[in-house]
Amino acid sequence: MSAVATPALDDEAGALERVGLRLRVIDRLRNYSLLAVLLALPVYYTVHDLVVTGSLSRIGNNLVDGLSNGAIWALIALGYTLVYGIIELINFAHGDVSMIGAFTAVGFFGTLGLSAGMGVVGLVLGILLTLVVASLATGALGVLIERVAYRPLRNAPRFAPVLTAVGMSFILQNVGLLWLGPTPVSVPDLIGSATPLIHLGGVVISRGDTLALLLPIPLLLALSYFVERTRLGRAMRASAQNPEAARLMGINVDSTIMVTFLIGGALAGAGGLIYALYQTTVWYFQGFTTGLIAFTAAIVGGIGSLKGAVVGGLLIGVIQALSDNRIGSDWTVVVVFAYLIAVIVLKPDGLFGERGRNAG
Amino acid sequence: MSATATFAGRALGLSRRRTVRRPALAGLLAVAILFPLFFQPLSSVTDNVTTALAYVVMALGLNIVVGFAGLLDLGYVAFFALGAYCTGWFASGFYAQVDHGHGISLGVSGLVAGQPGIHLTFLLVVVIAVAVTAIAGAVIGLPTLRLRGDYIAIVTLAFGEIISRIAINGTDVHIFGYQLTNGRQGITPVDPISLPGVGTFDSTLTLRPYYWLALALVVIALAVNVRVRESRLGRAWIAIREDEDVAESMGIPLVRTKLTAYACGAAFGGVAGAFLGSYLSAVNADQFQISFSILIFAMLVLGGLGSVSGAVLGAIVLSLINTRLIPDILLNLPSKVGLNFDMSQIAFGIFGFLLLIMMLLRPQGLLPERRHRLALERARALRADPRAASDPREHAGGVLAEGPERAPGELHEREVR
Repeated sequence: MSAVATPALDDEAGALERVGLRLRVIDRLRNYSLLAVLLALPVYYTVHDLVVTGSLSRIGNNLVDGLSNGAIWALIALGYTLVYGIIELINFAHGDVSMIGAFTAVGFFGTLGLSAGMGVVGLVLGILLTLVVASLATGALGVLIERVAYRPLRNAPRFAPVLTAVGMSFILQNVGLLWLGPTPVSVPDLIGSATPLIHLGGVVISRGDTLALLLPIPLLLALSYFVERTRLGRAMRASAQNPEAARLMGINVDSTIMVTFLIGGALAGAGGLIYALYQTTVWYFQGFTTGLIAFTAAIVGGIGSLKGAVVGGLLIGVIQALSDNRIGSDWTVVVVFAYLIAVIVLKPDGLFGERGRNAG
Repeated sequence: MSATATFAGRALGLSRRRTVRRPALAGLLAVAILFPLFFQPLSSVTDNVTTALAYVVMALGLNIVVGFAGLLDLGYVAFFALGAYCTGWFASGFYAQVDHGHGISLGVSGLVAGQPGIHLTFLLVVVIAVAVTAIAGAVIGLPTLRLRGDYIAIVTLAFGEIISRIAINGTDVHIFGYQLTNGRQGITPVDPISLPGVGTFDSTLTLRPYYWLALALVVIALAVNVRVRESRLGRAWIAIREDEDVAESMGIPLVRTKLTAYACGAAFGGVAGAFLGSYLSAVNADQFQISFSILIFAMLVLGGLGSVSGAVLGAIVLSLINTRLIPDILLNLPSKVGLNFDMSQIAFGIFGFLLLIMMLLRPQGLLPERRHRLALERARALRADPRAASDPREHAGGVLAEGPERAPGELHEREVR
């Protein structure tokens, strides 16, 4: 404010500034409380281990398991976040798309005749080929779902696409059920998932961990190149920011949305493939749980933010691994969902979300 | 048709319907009361319809939350579970250790009186169930108060899943030495219902008393739904559904109104849960899966969100599809056309498909909501702003609901614009 301003205006500006400051402080506090909640379990168990056993190997192993799982959740969470970013829809069927990806991968392993006894080169090529096939299949499925269940409802009341998404999720679950039956099916352990590869002190990194941690990296790099550098990626970001303005600028928003579903679906398919190789079992209901966990990850990171989806995925993976190992895997879903609710209550925009755009 | 004529027609239709409705409803009720007498006392038809009636109570409860207040609650199974567990806890031999094995009996007669465990009379159990679920409903509602539609959906879904996991894992949870649930084994048997002045129901002899009790619960739920919708509170719910910000600026207390919606809706889930727990004589964690919430939700979508008659119709139709059509009649259809599965496996796929095509083809449901006075007001608003006429929820819906006299006028009105 300049000196010529009247005292009253000056006061007003001061008051506004104070309100702004208070809002920023509250925002900071919310961010810190969110971080505190997210880090509570890892920090507690680290201190617990140090005090009780004096060794960090157990928490280290938990971390490795958690990050490997988390990498899978991150791949799936990206699909939620991409789709939400562009059409503000929670794609409830996304977890089941990744389940279909896992099933496709398992089926294609059989078609290729891959087995654990094969040579490394054949195995790697086979897995890469399966990755392409599964990603294409789920990408196409994502596009199909968008075309059938979401696009006709673009201008409908908000609850309508949520319900078709739930309906789609049920349909896909039953497709999975008819495909591989009602019980979990074991997958040939192609990579020797549990075989230790690296020992770091007391921490064991298995082959499965290595795969789960390494395979997403090129995918994430490709995704970030695509979104940041290419024309289509720019169209995606523009449509997410303001669909109307994007349309006026000559962007075909409908086809951009289609591409978003294609990419989201493909990433979910890759997640499904890694899940199948890492867990070595698949079943039709896995999509529900993985979907909700990955959704939690997307929310934790801040839905709409790609970086957030990855960080959220890794964080939720660690929390899940701690819960599996310390509290009991029966309770993991309860723990993760309690986190989901806590995050939504504390800071619906998550760690990296843009303020005011999403919830609240 | 001119707007004034439509107006008059609406007013006429309203009054005509009011006079026609009373006897028609009384007739319908009479048929409903006499219905089980046409079947054997233990007929499976009576059994299926009794279950359907309990689902109607739940659908009417969820209709308050979703249909009236517009809060997208996908975790309704939580209240079914809590209500059912109230019977499991307070009307069975589950807590055999209470009072050093002598048990606590209150208001019950016959075989269960004086047995180990807690045995309260059904009325008392219902009161407890209502209290527990109403509180739970408000607690679950609390974190969603500031959230938008799909976030509410995900939080309630998560709550529903948390409750159902706790039900499954409850064998490991001990509170003061009392096990919380019996997990997948289930708490069974649960006391048969006994009512003062009526005596104890015996489901091995006849299912009719259960049917009549369920019917009475439906009538109560219907009365509450209809009366509350017309009340100040009900209009506040609908106002929030239509536009939260406008409702708030008109002086509607959002927090209290929303929490009341959650609590009321949950209470009906609790009542139906308590009834089903006693009726099935088992409270089993496997009953409380997330898909159940969606089933109840699909009932509302089928009938028309917000529509009371639609909720009843949707609940009866889907419940009978679930308990009769799929497991009995269509079970072997796939094998007849050479497919290797039975229909009951894909029941929820069918419901998912139903949800999908309903939303795509007829989002307003089979019996869309009619809002007597509000519709009149909307008609007035339409004249001022014709763009509002394109709202499909309001208009295409009118055709079936308002009866033949009014439908042509409605259609005509839309075509002209």
